[in-house]
Amino acid sequence: MNKYFFSLVLVIAVFTNDSLTPIEKKETQGSENVGLKLPGGFSASMLLDSIGKARHIVVTKKDAIYIKLSKLISGKGILYIKDNNGDGKIDEIKSFGNYIGTGITIKDDYLYASSNDEVFRYKLNENEEVINPDLPEKIITGLINGRQHNTKSLVLDDKGNIYVNIGSPSNSCQEIDRGHGSKGIDPCPILDSAGGIWQFRADKLNQTYKDGVRYATGLRNVMGLDWNYEINELFVVQHGRDQLDMFPEHFSAKQNADIPAEEMFMIKKGVNCGWPYCYFDVQQNKKVLAPEYGGDGKKTTRCEGVEQPIVAFPAHVAPNALLFYTGNMFPEKYKNGAFVAFHGSWNRSPEKQEGYYVAFVPFKNGKPSGPWEVFADGFAGVETVMSPKQAVHRPCGLAQGPDGALYVSDDVKGTIYKIIYKK
Amino acid sequence: MKRITVFAPALLIVIIVFNKILPIDKATMERGNKVYMQYCVACHQIDGGGVPGLNPPLEKTPHVLGSKTKLIQIVLKGMNTHEEIDGETYSNSMAPHNHLTDQQISDVLTYVRNSFGNKATAITPGDVKYVRARTK
Repeated sequence: MNKYFFSLVLVIAVFTNDSLTPIEKKETQGSENVGLKLPGGFSASMLLDSIGKARHIVVTKKDAIYIKLSKLISGKGILYIKDNNGDGKIDEIKSFGNYIGTGITIKDDYLYASSNDEVFRYKLNENEEVINPDLPEKIITGLINGRQHNTKSLVLDDKGNIYVNIGSPSNSCQEIDRGHGSKGIDPCPILDSAGGIWQFRADKLNQTYKDGVRYATGLRNVMGLDWNYEINELFVVQHGRDQLDMFPEHFSAKQNADIPAEEMFMIKKGVNCGWPYCYFDVQQNKKVLAPEYGGDGKKTTRCEGVEQPIVAFPAHVAPNALLFYTGNMFPEKYKNGAFVAFHGSWNRSPEKQEGYYVAFVPFKNGKPSGPWEVFADGFAGVETVMSPKQAVHRPCGLAQGPDGALYVSDDVKGTIYKIIYKK
Repeated sequence: MKRITVFAPALLIVIIVFNKILPIDKATMERGNKVYMQYCVACHQIDGGGVPGLNPPLEKTPHVLGSKTKLIQIVLKGMNTHEEIDGETYSNSMAPHNHLTDQQISDVLTYVRNSFGNKATAITPGDVKYVRARTK
């Protein structure tokens, strides 16, 4: 009886529900830079709007763009788009690849793209067009595909190696993931097969974990990684930990919102960046022990000797892409510096959310040479983002064009931005 | 049989009136808000909008407005399946919240069912106790 009563009440509750209150969105109006705020001399245009969940992107030498999608469009997960007549609008769109994913890059006549557990490559012709879109080579298979942090970002070096991020399917390796007060598993078993960067050969088929090398560990989830050709090293930006306030005896919601950094690392083979045992506190400017492992916000045991970040960004702003700028279009200060696309935070509530911009870090000889700065802002389209859903666009991927233009993808509506500089 | 056909619409009317004239009491909403701000807001957000791709929204979803038993079970057992709502998939994991008391769970669920544009009947501590006893 009780059950029937509930269902009856429920039906009525649904039918008498009349208070629809959509979130108010204030769109940035008609700016020449399509709503973006940029430094002087720079301007932005939208090549394409509403194309779908556009994740990472790569631009060919003929100025076409490959876009990896995290949701299939008509059964396809990769788009090839091109402006053939040069009017600033895309007039050719092709699609292929029957898998969702995030990672995509080009290296030496091949297009590399990842699903959430495999990596494929496609031979390119002299115009960097895929020759046989239906017959890619599967080079890596069987990677951990957890529910969280399952995207596989990709980059290659000059020696035929491909680097793949395998994110941890966990926030902080707790016995109960994201459970209030739940302890960390010690040692964290996730690190055997995730929570790091793996190195594989680019030209070998069907590689699995046993064929790869755990190149770096202690990285919770890396979406942005790039090879720095100036000094021939791998650089990554990590999505730092969430929810310090699952331990309210040590952390308030405000402290969680502000403390655990998003870190940029230079990655030498074999480094340990500390996750899940340590996180970087932006206020104390050092690595401290995680509360899951007995930390109280001050202790630093277990954190001596772990890799230090070369840049610490604000908490939770979510670095989704990293790109070293090697073009000649932008002013000298940008040469060899790093652009970072921040998807924007969610784990700052009830504080206002942050991020939703593209930042720039100046570099000299492979080291940051000054403070980072916001380069392109305004993607969210609203003054204040309290809840991520309010953001109209969120930066996700970065690419450099053959002329030195910077491309940014957005995975909310699927907008592709092109940012140029004119003296 | 005949009695039921007469009785059912009458009951329906009574419930409609009941539902309309008996708003959720303020104290329950305040207690529910307190629990929400401590345990739920991080993921489900201040507006109940959730986080696209990660944390499901609580605005008029079948999970919130549907079966009370299932809703109570989500809080007690957490949720670790890819849930698709309106074409969007949500992949973050929700931990079990069985450390909350029957009162806290009933307060917060009643709050959620009557916030963010939702309007639905209250969940009582008795409902939670009943489901908890039958949930492994």
